[in-house]
Amino acid sequence: MRFERREHRPTALVIATPLIAVIGALAVAGVLIALAGAPVLEAYWKILTGAFGSRLSATETLTRATPLILTGLAAAVAFRARLWNIGGEGQFYLGAIAVAAASAHLFAGLPSLVQIPLLFIIGAAAGMLLLLVPLWLRLRFSVDEVVTTLLLNFVALLFVSMLIDGVLKDPAAFGWPQSEAVDAAARLPKLLARSRLHIGLVTAIAIAFIIHFVQSRTVFGVQSRAAGLNPSGATFAGVPLARTLVIVAMISGGLAGLAGTIEVLGVKGYVTNDLSPGYGYSGIVVAMLANLNPLGVVLAALFTAVMFVGADGMSRSMGIPTYIADVTVALSLLSMLVAVFFTQYRIHR
Amino acid sequence: MNALIDILASAGLWAAVLRIATPLILGTLGALLSERAGVLNLGIEGIMTFGAMIGWLAVYNGADLWTGLLIAALGGAVFGLLLSVLTVTLGLSQHVSGLGVTLFASSFAYYAFRLMVPVAGTPPTVEPFQPIDIPGLSSIPFAGPAFFTQTAPTYVAIVLAIVLAYLISRTPVGLAIRMTGENPHAAEAQGINPMAIRYGAVIAGSALMGIGGAFLTLSAFNSFFPTMVQGRGWICIALVVFASWRPERALFGALLFAFFDAFQLRLQAVLSGVVPYQIFLMIPYLLSIAALAVMARRARVPQALMQPYRRGER
Repeated sequence: MRFERREHRPTALVIATPLIAVIGALAVAGVLIALAGAPVLEAYWKILTGAFGSRLSATETLTRATPLILTGLAAAVAFRARLWNIGGEGQFYLGAIAVAAASAHLFAGLPSLVQIPLLFIIGAAAGMLLLLVPLWLRLRFSVDEVVTTLLLNFVALLFVSMLIDGVLKDPAAFGWPQSEAVDAAARLPKLLARSRLHIGLVTAIAIAFIIHFVQSRTVFGVQSRAAGLNPSGATFAGVPLARTLVIVAMISGGLAGLAGTIEVLGVKGYVTNDLSPGYGYSGIVVAMLANLNPLGVVLAALFTAVMFVGADGMSRSMGIPTYIADVTVALSLLSMLVAVFFTQYRIHR
Repeated sequence: MNALIDILASAGLWAAVLRIATPLILGTLGALLSERAGVLNLGIEGIMTFGAMIGWLAVYNGADLWTGLLIAALGGAVFGLLLSVLTVTLGLSQHVSGLGVTLFASSFAYYAFRLMVPVAGTPPTVEPFQPIDIPGLSSIPFAGPAFFTQTAPTYVAIVLAIVLAYLISRTPVGLAIRMTGENPHAAEAQGINPMAIRYGAVIAGSALMGIGGAFLTLSAFNSFFPTMVQGRGWICIALVVFASWRPERALFGALLFAFFDAFQLRLQAVLSGVVPYQIFLMIPYLLSIAALAVMARRARVPQALMQPYRRGER
């Protein structure tokens, strides 16, 4: 048995790939649910109704999808140029803490229309800075950025923990480590009254469209793809490799920082040690499920949010650990990898 | 200054160095073995987490400690097999496959743990490995308590490093592994099956990672809790580069790293209140990054690392 590269990739197959991958992941997760002694179909149904069954749960799912779209885009943009940014989690937290500090101490009192854009820039800049360090190490010392971005996640989380337990600690929080609340004018407007859903969702979707446009219609889009597909060939063709990677890193780190920014300004209003339930890492899965397509990221983020919100409700009523959501999401990454492979290769006997 | 000397002169520091180094030695050896055959195993963090969980769970359910380690090794091997299918047979991106295995192995470990062990106020514990008393050596003043009061798996890890160094540089199997990692086409021309070598190296390496994880729950601590591996797997990946892909240097690197870690833990106690504790906790990660920056250019990378091998395809 060997694998043979397909001459043509059937369009229908390419479009169906994520669906096949998700079904595969759900099937394996079903086995794990069955092993826990619960009825599988009922569990799936509870996940769906838990995510969409009521106005509250539907808005909650969309609220959860918002940071996932942004961290998913952060990973997708970087991976396309073969820049392995696994540091989304750290960049998320750095963006969050930067705006919490800036809003409470620097811009307090500024009107929303001035303050919010300024905070978006600051949050994105914080994420960028954290990714430029590993990129510099790669360009200067040829250090693999996978390991350095992963290690910096731990450093960034400890740094945030230090700040919210130190200089930025809210004195009114009964001793809990959390930052002071952001200025009231910095809070993002709600999309729907009586929900947590905020305009961050619209912002994230708009950014997905912008990135789609940049990648498919601009010179930079071609250059970043070329830098990933064949670095030496790209250099030969006159693509400024280092500069392209720096711009890609700024976009990617900026998006992850913006995810943290929007989560703070839109949902919580302050930073804690558990602001993110792994949005940075889930963003990697989102990007792969979307096959690195920016518009696909929106759908993949929605699927991931459905799993997390739905599994919360399901686990409460059926006694299945909520970790089943993490398992399913991880499995869908693996099955997506395999499914994509079979759109490119066929089995030859 | 006196405080620093006090720390260095305490036998407790040196005993802690060996204890902290053990999971790092095992994890680094595991990662090194598969990288020498050409496969980067980023599943390490998840595999160590799964090993920590399954080894502990086995002992919690009545198995003896060595059986617990064996089960952790088998658990690691299963995930190694999964990674091999993805990266060797299908030739998928080693970066993404490895991260996928980490996400799957760790979330599966948490799921299984929650399912098998009811939620309790205090985490349930097992009776861990006890330090073994070596007649004669353990009673030497200072050196005895510093170096010869470890649990059995620590000695096993050190011996394994020496065995692996010998295996890789002095045996036909080692030569086959190195050839596969440098040039799988040349290896195939010599009658070696590069696919089989890679499968073997990744699976055996993952078994070592599983044992490394289980050391945490069966010797260093006595219970399992989520996120307990705390990036040790990623540190191991950095240590492989620091060690220039050589087992004897990996042993040295892990010990050096553990020395800094043990030292900062004690310094933390001395300087508490002056410097936030988070600064000290950052040191291991920053040290790993610094080690990578210093060594990455100097180290000799296996030439076919991260290159998928497909028969007859260039």
